[in-house]
Amino acid sequence: MSVPLTLLGLLEREPSHGYDLKRDYDMYFGRGKPLRYSQVYATLSRLARDGKAVAGPAEQGAGPERRRYVITDDGIADVERWLAEPAEPEPDLQSELFAKVVLALLLDRPAGRYLDLQRAAHLQRMRALTELKRSGEPLDLLLADHSIYRLEADLRWIDHAAARLDMLAGAVKR
Amino acid sequence: MNARTGAVSAGQVAGDSTAGKIIEARDLVKSFGQTPALRGATLGVRAGEILAVMGPSGSGKSTLLHCLGGILAPDDGEVWYAGERLDTRSDDRRSELRRDRFGFVFQSGQLVPELTAEENVALPLLLSGTRRGPAMAAAREWFAALGLVGLEHRRSGELSGGQAQRVALARGLVGKPAVLFADEPTGSLDSLSGELVMDLLTAAARERGTTVILVTHDARIAAYADREVIVRDGKVSTLTGAEA
Repeated sequence: MSVPLTLLGLLEREPSHGYDLKRDYDMYFGRGKPLRYSQVYATLSRLARDGKAVAGPAEQGAGPERRRYVITDDGIADVERWLAEPAEPEPDLQSELFAKVVLALLLDRPAGRYLDLQRAAHLQRMRALTELKRSGEPLDLLLADHSIYRLEADLRWIDHAAARLDMLAGAVKR
Repeated sequence: MNARTGAVSAGQVAGDSTAGKIIEARDLVKSFGQTPALRGATLGVRAGEILAVMGPSGSGKSTLLHCLGGILAPDDGEVWYAGERLDTRSDDRRSELRRDRFGFVFQSGQLVPELTAEENVALPLLLSGTRRGPAMAAAREWFAALGLVGLEHRRSGELSGGQAQRVALARGLVGKPAVLFADEPTGSLDSLSGELVMDLLTAAARERGTTVILVTHDARIAAYADREVIVRDGKVSTLTGAEA
C-alpha cells in the first residue's frame, strides 16, 4: 500500500496537521503497524516539494510549531488516478509456495507433507480471521474478508498442486 | 467432557480410549458394491467440539458422517456414542438414537413441501411423540433465534435458499441434540447466505454445548470449526500429523 497516496487521500478529505493524519492513518489503515511521526513529516515534506500539497503558515501554540497541510489540484489528480487503477496482484506468497513445492520435488522431499502443513497454517489463520469477523468492527470484517479470500485462493492452489504431485515430480526431473 | 464447560456427563467416559470423546469411529470399512468408500477410518470427536471433516469429492467424508450418525451401518469397524457401541444396535434402536440425540442438516431439499416452515421445524418433536402445542411452541422459539420471524406459515417453495436452510437448521436443533451432523450445509447457498447460516449454526451450538460434525470441502466454512480432519481414500488424518 502506498503511504504517500494514502496520506494524500486523507488530506483531500480536509486540510490537516501531521498529527491528525497519523491518528487517522493508524485508525483506518495501521492495523497494528502505526506510522512513525518522522515518516509522516518526511512524507508531507516530499508531497509539498513535489507540489502535491502545500504547507500552511506555522501556528504557534503551547507545544511545538505546527503546520496545516492542504492538498493541491495536482495532488487530487494523483489520488483520483491511484483509486482508478487496479492494484498489482501481489505475487510474493505465490512465489514462495511455488518455490517450496518445486524444490521439495527436485530434492525428493515430501512435497505433500509440506503442502499439508501449509494448508493447516492457512486454515488456522482463516479460523482467526473468521473469529475476528464475529467479534470485530465493520471495518475489521471488510479487511478480514479480503484476507480470507486471498487465503482461499492459496488453498485452492494447494489442493490442485497436491492432486498433481506425481505429474509435477515427473516434470521437474525431466 | 464438554470443551467449554468442563462438564462430564454420565456414560461419556468408557475406558481410556473413549475418555472425553462423545463419538468415535474405529477402523471403519464401508463399500458400496465393489466400490470402497471407507478403508479403516478412525476418528474421535470431543463433546462440545465443532469439527470440520474435509476432503475431495468421493473421498468418503459423507459416508463417514452417515456411519457416525447411525444412518449407515459399516461393513467392519466400530462406532461408539457416549461410551456405547452404536453400529451393533438394531435398526430400531439406531433410529431412536437418531431421533432423540442427533440432529441432521443436509445440503438442500430436505423440507417437506406440504408442511409450513413452522411444522417442518416441529417435525422431529412431533415424530418423537411431543404433543402438537408444545412442539409448535418449541419450533417458534427457533424462528426468533435464526432471524426467521414472519416466515412461520410459508411453505418451502415460498422461502429463499438461505431461509430454507435456516429452517432446516432449526429443525436439526429443535430436539436439543447432543450431536449435530451437517453435510455441506451451505453447499447450495451463495457465500453471504452461507456465512449467515454458519454464524447461526456455530453460535447456537456453542451456546448449548452441542457437538457439531461438519462435512465440507469449503475452507471458508471449515474455518468456523475448532479443528479439521481430512478424509483421503477412505481414511482420516489431520494435516499436522496429530491424532484424528
